[in-house]
Amino acid sequence: MPSPAGAPTRGGAPATGPDPVLDDEPALRLYRQMVLIRRFEERAARAYTEAKVGGYCHLNLGEEATVVALMAALDRTDYLFTNYREHGYAIARGIDPGRVMAELYGRTDGVSRGWGGSMHLFDVESRLMGGYGIVGGQIPLATGAALAIDYRDDDQVVMCLMGDGATNIGAFHESLNLAALWNLPIVYVVVNNGRGMGTSVEQASAEPELFRRASSYRMPSSRVDGNDPEAVYEAAIEAIGTARSGQPCLLETVSGRLKGHSVVDPAKYRDRAETEALMAADPVAAFAARLRERGVLGDALSAEIDSEVTTVVEAAAAFAEASPLPDVATLFDHTYATPVRNDSRRLPGQPLFPIGASMGAPA
Amino acid sequence: MTLISYRQALHDTLRSEMHRDDRVFLIGEEIGLFEGSYKITAGLLAEFGPRRVRDTPIAEEGFTGAAIGAAMLGLRPVVEIMTINFSLLALDQIVNHAAKIYGMFGGQARVPMVIRTPGGGGQQLGATHSQNIELYYAFVPGMKVVAPSTPADAKALMLAAVRDDDPVLVLENLALYNTKGEVPDEDLPADIGTAAVTREGADITVVAYSRMAAVALRAAEELAATDGIDVEVVDLRSLRPLDRETVIASVRKTNCAVVLEDDWLTYGIGAEVAASISDGAFDWLDAPVRRVAMAEVPLPYSKPLETAALPSTDDAITAIRQTLDAVARRR
Ligand SMILES: Cc1ncc(C[n+]2csc(CCOP(=O)(O)OP(=O)(O)O)c2C)c(N)n1
Repeated sequence: MPSPAGAPTRGGAPATGPDPVLDDEPALRLYRQMVLIRRFEERAARAYTEAKVGGYCHLNLGEEATVVALMAALDRTDYLFTNYREHGYAIARGIDPGRVMAELYGRTDGVSRGWGGSMHLFDVESRLMGGYGIVGGQIPLATGAALAIDYRDDDQVVMCLMGDGATNIGAFHESLNLAALWNLPIVYVVVNNGRGMGTSVEQASAEPELFRRASSYRMPSSRVDGNDPEAVYEAAIEAIGTARSGQPCLLETVSGRLKGHSVVDPAKYRDRAETEALMAADPVAAFAARLRERGVLGDALSAEIDSEVTTVVEAAAAFAEASPLPDVATLFDHTYATPVRNDSRRLPGQPLFPIGASMGAPA
Repeated sequence: MTLISYRQALHDTLRSEMHRDDRVFLIGEEIGLFEGSYKITAGLLAEFGPRRVRDTPIAEEGFTGAAIGAAMLGLRPVVEIMTINFSLLALDQIVNHAAKIYGMFGGQARVPMVIRTPGGGGQQLGATHSQNIELYYAFVPGMKVVAPSTPADAKALMLAAVRDDDPVLVLENLALYNTKGEVPDEDLPADIGTAAVTREGADITVVAYSRMAAVALRAAEELAATDGIDVEVVDLRSLRPLDRETVIASVRKTNCAVVLEDDWLTYGIGAEVAASISDGAFDWLDAPVRRVAMAEVPLPYSKPLETAALPSTDDAITAIRQTLDAVARRR
């Protein structure tokens, strides 16, 4: 994987090349998914304000191009580890949006049965090996999954997603070193959306061209415009191929975060110019414009996609709403995978021993 | 006295200590530009500048260790760890270095630092973001761990912590940040290592700390109104050192005790308190010491499961009533 000559800058609308990377049909498929994720996230934010969703809720708004292109490049049998900003990835991986929304609602039909919430989506079938809430926590795990693949001489790869901020965690550096040392089949993807919570990449990283960090481990790396789904797709295909050949690599996608860090963050640390630049670079609008220019997307089709996606998202919310909340009797069902003697199954108000059991016979 | 929130008390104390002593500086994630995840440090970057309010990358082990090193040279860093869950990434530096340096080098170097961090669950933050693991630090000789439950104590204990020459972990609590109370205008640092009787009573001793100390007071008021039960509340305030004398004195008066804690029961803070009561007040006890603690599960996200797993005021009331019933049967 070559290092790029010129790193793309944040905020420019994707250029229309003479040769489209994707044919009309797959390009439209990506576009439809981008719109779906956009509407899903907006719906999730609304559900949060209606107190249907609790805890922390981080959205992929502004990252849709990156999300759908990475997932399109990854094979069904490959593995995915990610952080807590992962609704879009789950949907693009093919999980029913209803099951994703149900997890946000804390319902039994949720992908993690209501135990994980927004930050902790998991699905065996689609090999989504978890969203993780501890920054950087997924990076060693993903590295270990790649170790398992290598150990078994299988040919899948692992894709490990993380934010820009996560590259400052020690585990990032430890993991890259291990993967490079052991030639593990893994692609680390740094989804650079410009900020951790409020802290910018430049404020947090002494090497703000994050993809260059891989060179400390002699690992090939590159940077791509994360607002351009076709560019991301192309770069991801290459990176995945590299990893499949037993050479770990790192891909940095550069995009933006349209809203706050989580739905409760008003993003007051951003000035107007920055917000306007983000809006101007909106990947969904930009890709729509490109497809229109190519003559692939017209008003009728655009409206059809919008209405179809709206239906899917509303159905997801309705499915979540109708799904039952977990029964309190199941509280102790997931502490251990195997039954074990003397496991505590005591509710907070229950005594350790029956009242009076240690006091001799009552009078 | 001024009526302010727990959050405001922490903020004002940090601010006045920074004015008092140039060696005091703040360090942590998102404490400056973002004004703190829970806004404790709001406005301080603007007032003191980036030398005194240092935003860090997401690197808990690195910046906590760096604060320890700075403290070894005589600075007085106040580290903010966004929540106690993320302190696990700095556990090695805290346990192996902050707590060890004074002793391991024969008393030649001090580590005058504060680690501020909130515990607390109950907001559907899920298994990794809802832990009450202050025990991990309270377990370690060389660490001091304090846990204010009121705005007044937030001030008094923070003052004491900043002025202390040892590493002090100040356990804050997400659910307490908005609570209000009277706070003295003067600077009166607390005595670290002492508990307080926050409500006097004759019938039963309830021992608690942090959020549960507030729950204990609520339960006491409710039981006074409904059952005419006179509860004495001991707020531990300091988890290490632990003020066993105050606990024992109370139990010797009331002859029974309930411990409320937000951590897990097995090996928890309450276990230490109960064992201490058994050691120090065995002949005075009329019933076993009862503990109310979180269900021993990774805390689920879904609301009904989370609610069931967390100790509530009702759980405290039930435990107090049952303990007094057991006492009555005995007498
Ligand atoms: C170890 C740890 N420290 C702090 C946090 C709190 N936190 C959650 S998300 C976040 C910012 C992460 O930024 P980045 O890695 O760029 O990912 P993004 O949220 O932008 O996708 C922080 C500091 C955490 N969850 N885990």
